[in-house]
Amino acid sequence: MNATVLEVRDLRTHFGQAKAVDGVSFSVARGDVLGLVGESGSGKSVTGFSIIGLVDPPGTIVGGQIVFDGRDITRSSREEMRALRGRRMAMIFQDPMMTLNPVLRIDTQMIEAVQAHENVSRMDARARARDALGMVGIPSPDERLQAYPHQFSGGMRQRVVIAIALLHRPDFIIADEPTTALDVTIQAQILAEMQKLVAQNNTSLIWITHDLAVVSRLADRIAVMYAGRIVESGPVSDVLARPLHPYTAGLIDSVPSRNRRGERLRQIPGMAPSVARLPAGCAFAPRCARADAVCAQAVPLLTAGPREHRCVHPLPELRA
Amino acid sequence: MIPSTPVAADVQSSSAGSSGMAPLIELNKISHSFGTRPDLAARLAISFKLAKPAARVQAIDGVSLAVRRGEVLGLVGESGCGKSTLGRIVAGILSPTRGSVSWRGKDMKALPPSERREAKLRVQMIFQNPYASLNPRRKAADIVGEAPRVHGLVDGDLGTFVDQQFRRAGLDPALKHRFPHQFSGGQRQRIGIARALAVQPEFLVCDEAVAALDVSIQAQILNLFMDLRERLNLTYLFISHDLGVVEHISDRVAIMYLGRIVEEAPAEEIFARANHPYTQALLAEVPRIETTKRGFAAIKGELPSPLSPPSGCHFHPRCPHAMPRCRTEAPRLKAVAAGHKSACHLNDAAA
Repeated sequence: MNATVLEVRDLRTHFGQAKAVDGVSFSVARGDVLGLVGESGSGKSVTGFSIIGLVDPPGTIVGGQIVFDGRDITRSSREEMRALRGRRMAMIFQDPMMTLNPVLRIDTQMIEAVQAHENVSRMDARARARDALGMVGIPSPDERLQAYPHQFSGGMRQRVVIAIALLHRPDFIIADEPTTALDVTIQAQILAEMQKLVAQNNTSLIWITHDLAVVSRLADRIAVMYAGRIVESGPVSDVLARPLHPYTAGLIDSVPSRNRRGERLRQIPGMAPSVARLPAGCAFAPRCARADAVCAQAVPLLTAGPREHRCVHPLPELRA
Repeated sequence: MIPSTPVAADVQSSSAGSSGMAPLIELNKISHSFGTRPDLAARLAISFKLAKPAARVQAIDGVSLAVRRGEVLGLVGESGCGKSTLGRIVAGILSPTRGSVSWRGKDMKALPPSERREAKLRVQMIFQNPYASLNPRRKAADIVGEAPRVHGLVDGDLGTFVDQQFRRAGLDPALKHRFPHQFSGGQRQRIGIARALAVQPEFLVCDEAVAALDVSIQAQILNLFMDLRERLNLTYLFISHDLGVVEHISDRVAIMYLGRIVEEAPAEEIFARANHPYTQALLAEVPRIETTKRGFAAIKGELPSPLSPPSGCHFHPRCPHAMPRCRTEAPRLKAVAAGHKSACHLNDAAA
């Protein structure tokens, strides 16, 4: 068993009345890939932002602990977090056009990122930047360093962002839907690079996405979020083959490739509740076929071997 | 020498005649390019070699495609391949630079104005982004009711008519006086569908209509499309980059690469026996939920710029089987099996 790099205990991040994240717990071991899956508004991105300390007001972490490498960073000062961010942990965002500065050349941005954490000369920093670009599969990195972000294609831009995240060989990377905006062939290229780099450096990775198929190929463990809580987690192959929570099962069943061609897709009725007005019990109960009176009470975290879930009526092991 | 891909002379004609029905919409050698036409000063400057002609993007390059009544044709391609431009031409929003569009066997351009307007009304479009395609300052009822009112399609009360349209798209008519921002993404897409169906079209062009939606909402909207198809006998051009969605909903599939159709076949056929190397690569890279913890083997390179497309076959710089001939000669779309056409020189080599 590998050492735990990150442990999140009962994390609560609220935006006033809206409980975006409400009692999330999980841990990531060194070199492990965790797929954090959920639909829009489920709190998966806010979980990522909370860990790296970038929650913007009015959002605040109102409870819980984030333990990184044995240290509680929940109440670290801004300076302490800044020292960690970029060096020990990094985040990759969905839209690379928003994360790169459009008026600065790539080399300026990358050299700045190196020198922010290490006292090295401009020449050395530039060499580091060049190597990082080469590592993520950007051809002729020396020339490309001189380019501006708009001169790159979407896929190449995302590679630049990944290269910046890898500059200091962090222990831990959070990737928030980094391939969602890309084409299938480009997505496959980026995923292949990520898979290779993470394995080489023994980096832990949290991959935030709504795409179960990407998680199934990339991750070791999966955590499914619904309305601010993790409703189910466990090894990817187990969870996808035998989901315990009806929401996970509903998500898997609504993927077109899991249905007979041309027939009606199995769908989850209704829509996700507003996180400002969550029911006291299971938030999924109003959409769930298995729900009854018990579901109106708070559901504790239940464990079954390596798997955890929050459902009082879990699905039987074998589904038709 | 490959028995699985018989190239027979007679299958070419049988693919069009197999249904025995004239296509509802037929595109005939459509080309479309974007760019500004040079004015007199610019033309003079160019002729005196003082300026270079402005670059034009060849978005569509000689595409012929027929959609038969009642079928769902899936159009697949990566961003920038021209699939949305093609959809807009089919919907009559853009008119092609070259080539013709036929509606029920008649050239649209040759139709008298009243018939042409009627034909255009029969083809409606549903857009990708339900946040950008609805006017934020108009109420949902006005958005849905405006076109049928203008075209004089409503007999009786407009309010009752709008209620019917709402119910048909799975929306509660009680919400009709709300503004678009008061709806969720899935509900907005339903408003877009209700708006398109309100003028009683026969043909819907869906341009990435479920791409912006969550998985569970996507399933609801896809089911709605399939229900409406049965109830209203609709024909669809379903444009998407998501092969899983296309496989599920389509009868036939056309694959586009950089402005050209490279393969066209019945859905089952194309997913079982993809012929073109690009289609094969696309299919190999679709992440599927069934494959756990497997390596990604990516095809190299990216979609080239449509400003300067590669010579010959557009796919040759990325193709693992490229031959010298592929660099010089563009392959024609030829039948490789009944109803299955592919544009690849490899099929000639095999025959």
